[in-house]
Amino acid sequence: MNFELLLQLVVNGVIVGTLYGVVAMCFVLIYKSTQIVNFAQGEFLLIGAWVCWWLLTSMQVPFWLGFPLTLVFMMAFGVLLQLLVLRPMIGEPIISVIMVTIGLSIFFQAMMKWMFGVFAKPFPEVFTTRSVNVLGLNVQTPYIMSMLVSLVIMVGFAWFFKFSRLGLAMRATAFNQQVAQSLGISVRTVFAMSWAISAVVSALAGVVVAMVNGVSSALSFFGIKVFPAVILGGLDSIVGAIVGGLIIGVLENVAEFVDGQYLHLGNLYTVAPFYALVVILMIKPYGLFGTRQIERI
Amino acid sequence: MASSASALIPCGQFKTDYRKDTTIFPTPASRSFAIAGVLLLCLVPLKFGNFELLSLYQLNLLIQIGYYGIAALGLNILVGFTGQISLGHAAFFGFGAFASAWLNNRWGIPVFWAIPLAGLMTTFVGMLFGIPAARIKGLYLAIATFAAQFILEDFFARANWFTGGSNGTLAQPFSLFGLEVSGDRHFFYVVLTYVVLLYVLAANLLRSRDGRAFVAVRDHYLSAEIMGINLTRYRVMSFGVSSFYAGVGGALFGHYLSFVSTESFTILLSIQFLGMVIIGGLGSVMGSMLGTMFMVLLPESIQWLSQSAGEVFPAMTEGLAFIKEGAIGLAIVLFLIFEPEGLAHRWKLIKASWKLSPFSY
Repeated sequence: MNFELLLQLVVNGVIVGTLYGVVAMCFVLIYKSTQIVNFAQGEFLLIGAWVCWWLLTSMQVPFWLGFPLTLVFMMAFGVLLQLLVLRPMIGEPIISVIMVTIGLSIFFQAMMKWMFGVFAKPFPEVFTTRSVNVLGLNVQTPYIMSMLVSLVIMVGFAWFFKFSRLGLAMRATAFNQQVAQSLGISVRTVFAMSWAISAVVSALAGVVVAMVNGVSSALSFFGIKVFPAVILGGLDSIVGAIVGGLIIGVLENVAEFVDGQYLHLGNLYTVAPFYALVVILMIKPYGLFGTRQIERI
Repeated sequence: MASSASALIPCGQFKTDYRKDTTIFPTPASRSFAIAGVLLLCLVPLKFGNFELLSLYQLNLLIQIGYYGIAALGLNILVGFTGQISLGHAAFFGFGAFASAWLNNRWGIPVFWAIPLAGLMTTFVGMLFGIPAARIKGLYLAIATFAAQFILEDFFARANWFTGGSNGTLAQPFSLFGLEVSGDRHFFYVVLTYVVLLYVLAANLLRSRDGRAFVAVRDHYLSAEIMGINLTRYRVMSFGVSSFYAGVGGALFGHYLSFVSTESFTILLSIQFLGMVIIGGLGSVMGSMLGTMFMVLLPESIQWLSQSAGEVFPAMTEGLAFIKEGAIGLAIVLFLIFEPEGLAHRWKLIKASWKLSPFSY
């Protein structure tokens, strides 16, 4: 038993897990308010990271300016996407809605590959030190920043949904669209804003991951890893998304540890979350915190 | 009147029993047309000296449409008729390809028998993955099958004994009574036979008791259950039938290419299958074929376009692979927004406007 390695992997798992949690939160945000399952969540990370990379390297914009510009771009992108593609899909059967987001995800991925190439490109150095020592463990600076950013986002979300006007409107819409509309809430604005917020926060996560691993289409795999996390936490629970993300992040790292030390199967790191997903769906399909759907006749 | 064997559909409903209402072809003439169409297709691969009706390249496209069309029909039975969503169809398609090659290589079963046997093996696997469908539906089922896709893909890469691991596996050519069927011109008939057989089978299945049960489960599963339809049974059965089609399609794919690689059956292929079904028209047997044609011919036409426009826009030839991929996604999105009922519906409208012209009703 190699405790040091295990500890390092668990710490990695927690860090990656918070990022999964943040992306899962964006996913849940869209699902909760617009009832759309966004299979293109990973592409938001990808597009955000590529735009930021392009601004920083090709345009030579400093980070403090380029980063906010990226977020503004993603906001406009999210609103436009909702307006042009998702709005006509309101009221369509679930298969159509799923397929639209899948189609979008393929389209964006192909376009990003076309524009920026298939190979991973290193992100320009933003921090001077590459890694710091925390309690004897080596942790990369962007990861520390990502933890901080994730925590800020989570607290921000909590504040947003508890106190801000738009957040309350969103919760009301998620609860019951017709009632919300009759109370004077503009459901259209809420829909557009939830896509915008989701795109912005995903892009933020995308940039953070890109700082560590470089920018490549592998980033969009985050959008796929989100599914085990949200199903575990419950599809319509923000808290569940964070908890689910953490658990999945730790699980895949522990799976890698067990695989590397004992089983030697290889590739367990990527597949373990999906096995977990199937098991969860079999025993507890509504997740840890999700609302059970009850159908009345 | 309806009793006279008229070539035209009479204006109004003159059907007096259910048998007449559920025929596959509305008139004897349309049945004759379909048979004539199949016979015409039989002539297509013929070659008279130097004169050939279709080039090998065009024939290859037809064969592709054939085996993908079989798998797409299977998916349509699952998605269009039973209302279950599967994002893992490519994995079953791949399983069929490997199973057939494995049965032939490992156990020496002739390819002729290995193809339907591979279909049966895939049926079994499909039903295994269909068991969760008894409990979950809609979105949750979509995600579960999504996971199944990744799990099966991982299994293909890992199971050396079955798939040859990363090396892939060789598949022997089709043979009949000891005669080897070699070359596209001959293999075309094999695929054509399977397509006709399986399409007629599906059309007949859907007007039987089981087929009506599928549609009832799709339209309102609670009412269906109250009327005595066993939901679990029909959901799992639908997965089985769909996997059988995927398995046979995959087996044909394997024996046609004579080499099966573990990397051919990605999530992208699964999405392409769903695209075929949606573009063709959910819940339409003929639509599955139309959608497959569209999906196979779309990248080809883009290739052709880029060759003609490549001199003006050199970026088009460089990014050809990505444009093809993006076009698949874009086609799915555009169809869902502008023509959600698919090509089959469009075809019906065209037919109706021809029939009714010059009146609009």
